[in-house]
Amino acid sequence: MRVLVIEDDRETAQFLQRSLRESGHAADLAGDGESGLAMAREGGYDVLIVDRMLPRRDGLSVVQKLRADGVRTPVLILSALGEVDDRVKGLRAGGDDYLTKPYAYTELLARIEALARRPAPEEQVTRYSVGDLSLDRLSHKVARAGEPILLQPREFRLLEYLMKHAGQVVTRTMLLENVWDYHFDPQTNVIDVHISRLRSKIDKNFDKPLLHTVRGAGYMIRDGAD
Amino acid sequence: MTALTSARRLLGSTPFRLTLAYMGAFGVAAALIVGFIAWRANDLLTNKVVETLQAEVVGLREQFQAGGAERLAAIIAQRSSEPAAGLYLLVDVTGRKVAGNLDRVPVELEGRRAGGVFAYVRGGAEPPARVPRAAVGVPLPVPGGLMLIVGRDIEDLSRFARTMGQIGLWSIVLLAALGIGAGLAVSRSVLKRIEAITEASRTIMGGDLSKRLPLAGTGDELDRLSDSLNAMLARIEELIVALREVSDNIAHDLKTPLTRLRSRAEAALREPDGAAAYRDGLVKTIEEADELIKTFNSLLLIARLEAGAVAESMGPADPASIIGDVTELYEPVAEEAGLTLEVSAAPGLSVNVNRELVSQAVANLVDNAIKYSSGPAGQPAPQGVARPKVTVSLARAGDAVEITVADHGPGIPAQDRERALQRFVRLEKSRSAPGSGLGLSLVAAVARLHGGSIRLEDNAPGLRAVLTLPSTAAATA
Repeated sequence: MRVLVIEDDRETAQFLQRSLRESGHAADLAGDGESGLAMAREGGYDVLIVDRMLPRRDGLSVVQKLRADGVRTPVLILSALGEVDDRVKGLRAGGDDYLTKPYAYTELLARIEALARRPAPEEQVTRYSVGDLSLDRLSHKVARAGEPILLQPREFRLLEYLMKHAGQVVTRTMLLENVWDYHFDPQTNVIDVHISRLRSKIDKNFDKPLLHTVRGAGYMIRDGAD
Repeated sequence: MTALTSARRLLGSTPFRLTLAYMGAFGVAAALIVGFIAWRANDLLTNKVVETLQAEVVGLREQFQAGGAERLAAIIAQRSSEPAAGLYLLVDVTGRKVAGNLDRVPVELEGRRAGGVFAYVRGGAEPPARVPRAAVGVPLPVPGGLMLIVGRDIEDLSRFARTMGQIGLWSIVLLAALGIGAGLAVSRSVLKRIEAITEASRTIMGGDLSKRLPLAGTGDELDRLSDSLNAMLARIEELIVALREVSDNIAHDLKTPLTRLRSRAEAALREPDGAAAYRDGLVKTIEEADELIKTFNSLLLIARLEAGAVAESMGPADPASIIGDVTELYEPVAEEAGLTLEVSAAPGLSVNVNRELVSQAVANLVDNAIKYSSGPAGQPAPQGVARPKVTVSLARAGDAVEITVADHGPGIPAQDRERALQRFVRLEKSRSAPGSGLGLSLVAAVARLHGGSIRLEDNAPGLRAVLTLPSTAAATA
């Protein structure tokens, strides 16, 4: 995918560009708000990474301007400001996700990949399936190889989020934010425990595991043959 | 020089200028009132005399009609000679005096048929007393070319009125002088107090944050103002002290992991084994860095909470759903640690909070309870012992809501409880457990931000942490 990085710190920007290329993505750089806005308007990008504090035009205003002009490209806002209010402001300005500096590159990569492949809002999927595992969003029924699996409501939402992003890395923070709507960092690895519970329900009695742990990054649900 | 400046300061002070303005307005009003009264009194008295005169004139005219000029002249002559008589003068066409006690027609009355005020000199008086006196007179034309003037001496009356006027005037002058004097005195005392306040605030600005503004003890506006300014100063001092503490703690407690991080990187660099060892060193360095970032984030959050900066994102919430969500998040962790997580929540309560922050605070308490209940190395309780419990409960306590997280772990000795709420304090026994030591201080900061409190109690055995939040009107009565 094509990524535009609007970031004024050259070293950070070049690190992102190099890392994104290594991950198989094309990345362009813009060093200030105005040129970033101009490049983003040209179109052709799958994701924009916008630093919140930029010279010439502040990051939030870049996003606001783009949204006002009808540019719908998903935006990940990067910021050193990480309080609840700051994040709310960032999302209200039209950002799709918000990541606080300093961040791990794996976290950033997982988030932009999730953003870029996000289905359009009009596209309402009612059923997800990965391998022989299927989840029906309307009837709240989950089955593997035709056998129904009983899940607690939160386990259902966890699996739903993982299946929505099947084949993509989903980090612990993304799960905590999207499944529990918590933006703080619990000291214990609570997510790991929830995942292992879920895993025991969907993978335990089957030969081929679907829910994988991605070392140093998070989790991914995918058909083993993939 | 100083005397001159202090005098100028006194004269230029707000209370004094207010006094002057007030005295000015008062003086004008008083002068108007006194003037009006004097004018009205004078008029009233004069009119009264004129009325009496007119009545007498009517009587005299009747006498004339009955007895002619001779009778009139006789009556005038008789009345003129009575003691404390009125003033009379009857003149003929040529202006010659026929009868009466006036010598001549007063110039002031010539041609004035309605009569008026005139001055005369009393006949027969000794030379020193021959001063003009005020009188009121009414002329009466008598058929046959005669002219009669009937008058009354009003010298005493007008002297009385003049005296009254003067008294009024002097009263005003005296009052004004007293007022200005009092104004000066008041200004001086107020100025003195304000100067004391100014002096105190200069000292405070100079860096002595513990200094407070002086109170006179009268409980008046100035005292109340000083009092609230003092409260403000206390809050500022508290914040500055907290800030100083934060920077001290950052210096003290972040330098240790930073040093560790640095040594680890250095050690990795010295490794002779090459790539694999470098890699291992780098992975550990990143882990250290992540821990540092977490600690730093918590510190920043606590500092921001203590500055009260998040107040805008408060909203009504059901505390039962907050603790429900948090315990739901931790339930599998508790189970894995061999604990039972019990929840009992009173329904129908409502609080006005930042949901995220309160969730985080409750999560920290539950996290701690699980961490310390499950033994030093996260080991489940030995067999044969009943599964230890962590209880999370929600209850109303007066007009507050209490969220209690209780465990049966080692607890905290009574003398250490206060200290456990401070930043970075990790009691000796818990040094080996993971965590930044900021968990409880974050809870305390969240509680304070919401106008609540956190207290640690003995759960006999174990620890009971009670988070109190002010309750809003209950959702169901």
